[in-house]
Amino acid sequence: MTPLDLMLGALGLAFGLAMVRVLRGPTIADRALAGDVALYAVIGAVALLALRQDAPPFLDVVLVATLLGFLASVALSLLIGRERR
Amino acid sequence: MSVVATVLIGLGAGLVLLASIGVLRFPDVLTRANAASKATGLGLAVLLVGVAVEVGTPRGWTVLGLAVALQLVTTPVAGHVLARAAYRSGAPLWEGTRSDDLRGYYRTHPRLRDEVRPPAHDPGPGAA
Repeated sequence: MTPLDLMLGALGLAFGLAMVRVLRGPTIADRALAGDVALYAVIGAVALLALRQDAPPFLDVVLVATLLGFLASVALSLLIGRERR
Repeated sequence: MSVVATVLIGLGAGLVLLASIGVLRFPDVLTRANAASKATGLGLAVLLVGVAVEVGTPRGWTVLGLAVALQLVTTPVAGHVLARAAYRSGAPLWEGTRSDDLRGYYRTHPRLRDEVRPPAHDPGPGAA
């Protein structure tokens, strides 16, 4: 399964690039945004690993992580919006 | 893997990679939010559809279809909320920004926006 490995590598690269922005980003919003992108890369990687290891239960992790990512970014935006006072 | 699944998964992984490149390279928060929410929303949805095609069981289609639907609904909302919070918290804009319709409507963070923004108590065009 070479193409699957290639796509996993692409997602890993995406995670690394987003992490560079998390470390470098000048504002908190930059870090939150890049963390979101990194989370999406991880979700995609989990789905591909479920395929690669032939382990369908991992797909539930994808569903839960999608919702958690949304909640996390909304909560972070509330915190960022409060920073200005 | 089937051809359809390979194409869909490759497209999705490529879009997520493009989003991360955009997040790394773009000049300010709003452009980064644009790149992140558009490309990850569509990219992850396409990737999950590809995985569902390859898994092929009814349970796989249900779980992944639900995940894709939630993804398509929540990603634009999350991107919008995050970009709005970033703007309100006074994140500096790119110096090449041509139009800024919200200019003056929010009291912005004086520490961050002095060089780009009007003074913090500027009532804005709508208040006259």
